[in-house]
Amino acid sequence: MNYLTRRLVTFPLVMLGVSILVFVSIRLVPGDAITAMLGTEAGLLTPDQRAALEAYFGIDQGWLVQYGRWLAGALQGDLGISVTYGKPVLDVILERFPLTLELALLSMAIALLVGLPAGVFAATRNERSSDLVVRILAMIGQSTPNFVVGLLIIFVLSVGFGVLPVMGTFTPFFENPLQNLGQMILPAITLGFAFAASVTRISRSAMLDVLSEDYVRTARSKGVPALGVIWRHALPNALIPVVTLSGVEFGYLLGGAVIVEQIFALPGLGRMVLDAILQRDYALVQGSVLFIALNFMIVNLIVDLTYALLDPRIRLGDR
Amino acid sequence: MGLPFFQTGAARRIASGVALAAMLGAATLTAPVAAATLRMAWSQDATGLDPHKQTAFSSIRLLELIYEPLVRLDSDLTIIPALAQSWEFAEDGKTLTFKLDPDAKFQNGEKVTSADVKASFERLMAEETGAAARANFLSIASIDTPDETTAVFNLSQPDVPILTAMTSINAAVVPASEIASGGIGTKAIGSGPFKLESWEPNAKEVLSANKDWAGGTVSVDGIDISVLPDETAILAALRTKQVDFALINDPLVATLVPNEASLTLDRTPVLNYHVLQLNPSRSPMTELGVRQAISCAIDRQDVLDTALLGEGKVAGPLTMPAYATDPAELFCYERDVEKAKQLLADAGHAEGFSATVIAATGEPPTAAAEAQVIQSQLAEIGIKLDIKMMELNVYIDTWLKGDFDMAVALNGGRADPYSMYNRYWTKDGNLQKVANYIDDTLDDLMQKGRVETDPAKRKEIFAAFEKHLAEMSPWVWLYTSYIYTAQQQNVDGFVATPTGSLFGLSAVTIK
Repeated sequence: MNYLTRRLVTFPLVMLGVSILVFVSIRLVPGDAITAMLGTEAGLLTPDQRAALEAYFGIDQGWLVQYGRWLAGALQGDLGISVTYGKPVLDVILERFPLTLELALLSMAIALLVGLPAGVFAATRNERSSDLVVRILAMIGQSTPNFVVGLLIIFVLSVGFGVLPVMGTFTPFFENPLQNLGQMILPAITLGFAFAASVTRISRSAMLDVLSEDYVRTARSKGVPALGVIWRHALPNALIPVVTLSGVEFGYLLGGAVIVEQIFALPGLGRMVLDAILQRDYALVQGSVLFIALNFMIVNLIVDLTYALLDPRIRLGDR
Repeated sequence: MGLPFFQTGAARRIASGVALAAMLGAATLTAPVAAATLRMAWSQDATGLDPHKQTAFSSIRLLELIYEPLVRLDSDLTIIPALAQSWEFAEDGKTLTFKLDPDAKFQNGEKVTSADVKASFERLMAEETGAAARANFLSIASIDTPDETTAVFNLSQPDVPILTAMTSINAAVVPASEIASGGIGTKAIGSGPFKLESWEPNAKEVLSANKDWAGGTVSVDGIDISVLPDETAILAALRTKQVDFALINDPLVATLVPNEASLTLDRTPVLNYHVLQLNPSRSPMTELGVRQAISCAIDRQDVLDTALLGEGKVAGPLTMPAYATDPAELFCYERDVEKAKQLLADAGHAEGFSATVIAATGEPPTAAAEAQVIQSQLAEIGIKLDIKMMELNVYIDTWLKGDFDMAVALNGGRADPYSMYNRYWTKDGNLQKVANYIDDTLDDLMQKGRVETDPAKRKEIFAAFEKHLAEMSPWVWLYTSYIYTAQQQNVDGFVATPTGSLFGLSAVTIK
């Protein structure tokens, strides 16, 4: 079997493991859909009323039966119905996913556009004051929580300039690209801030390693222009750790950025999962975590395949 | 050699800054400016559309705009007509007759008739519906419908508080046809001032004015509600005039609203009460002296000032103005640390003891701060509190099992003292196992208050009840807080009620 097939075969197994883990852990947490809906008023229910509601929420059977029922549906592509939204789980997820994907792509673009040049620049100015400035900025970027960045942006814009992107009602990209980007750019900057800082740090250190290699010295002594040395000879070899980092970060972002979505009132996956957990919408939690896990595995696979492209010495073929 | 990078980087940053400003400008300009639609924001969205089943404040606030009960409460907590134009208790207090508004119509065009009233209450009472509010209507034996606009409730025993219970949206009248088709909860077809055009859970609601509303004329075209989960973002949206009207829960955010000249903050005292629940079934809270010591050791005003920035009012168990006693007359409402120490010593705990207090994260937003202030106050008499913060659902589960030493709680208030407390302080109260305290005097006074029809006598009964409850200190009542609404200057005519209802939006105008 080649590498790709081998990896693809493990997908269903990992998914099965994830589904069991999620299924059990959400049910181990005290409280259920009934207390989530009724709060303390749930204490007023008679046993018969409680039984009726349990049947309504599909939590009247034992765990094994519930899981079996869910798995049978999932195998046929039916992830169940979300009790909060009154719609199939997959529909709810797919409605929220484009926003999350767009946000992840935008923040990654910001991170790479800012972080990579900054890292390379710092490496070429190693231990000089400009390197120090970049390193300090990166340190600040990495250690500032994104809710601080997000709230600061909102505060400065609304108090200082009296402007703010439209919040609450989200405009999809293909409906009105300009308004969509107006809504997405601030959250993307918020997320991209720390991400860019990580990219800066990792690309700086990778670049420093590469720049001390013999072949770089050879290229320089052959009279290759400085920019050519950096871009053509050094950078491609310094990219592997950057790709690893970006892949992992991107995978996380596809799971939704709970805090940033919360602050900017964006209806993305992260907030949806959080609300689903708080409202004990079991089917939606189960379905969305599975979806996020699948995304993460796909991104990781793409990262592994990229290694081989970047460095021909890495072979992913038969063993 | 790195210089060119820097230059390109800087140029790119400047270019992206310009693009950002352009996009934000465009986004601000393209914001909807339909003058007659009220743009509203709140942080917590409704969790469902079934008026009989939903009990969360966030759901009730939405459903009160769409559905109507037979009667409702005004801002003074007086019972006023809603779907019913008039009502009457029979001499013996066992029959309650309603005359319906003959013009009332559901949003599907059907008339509201006594058959809908009967069908709605029968649905509410049926155990398979799973409506928690059923507990308030157990005295209903049968409902007669002598004609289209008359509904007669036959009660198994005199039940004065039932009329107040009927003001809740949990007793809403829904179309009998929708009950038959199973549409309740998936669609929202009421008879109220607004129609629900669309609902995207945890994101937004679009409401339009119901032109056929029998209760009056709605002057706005509709309401667009946005869910902005972070209340500081709501404040920012108000500042930038994206939102005309907003509901705010967190006193720390609300107190910032008046800093903005263009905004008005309204605060209304509510019936809900903040309380430190003790568990009298757990040692040493089993002893009266220990519970009283805790009550005497707590400086209620200080907790209020420190945790809620003073945004509230110290209160006894009864929070409705018609029944509330002056807190100064209640047991140990003036802090007395010496008395507390003495009471504790007399109970054999001179050296104090350790206990755990539970609180819910973010519900209310000040819960953690309240627990910390109480912790430091009780430390002065040697009681060491361990604070356990829990996610709301976990807290509710633990609370319902009565599985705590002490609990910091924000409990719902009612306009009637019986409906508010029979669940805790009567022997067969549904939440007796949460209160864990049985007291013959309290039970007796509750039963008397239930059947007494003379308002002056009822007031006496409940005053005695409140005094005794504060003295026995199964819980330590602290204070009531406010609900806040913030609005732009162009919004006019909103009247809040102590129940937290947003029904007043039906009278709002936009200039």
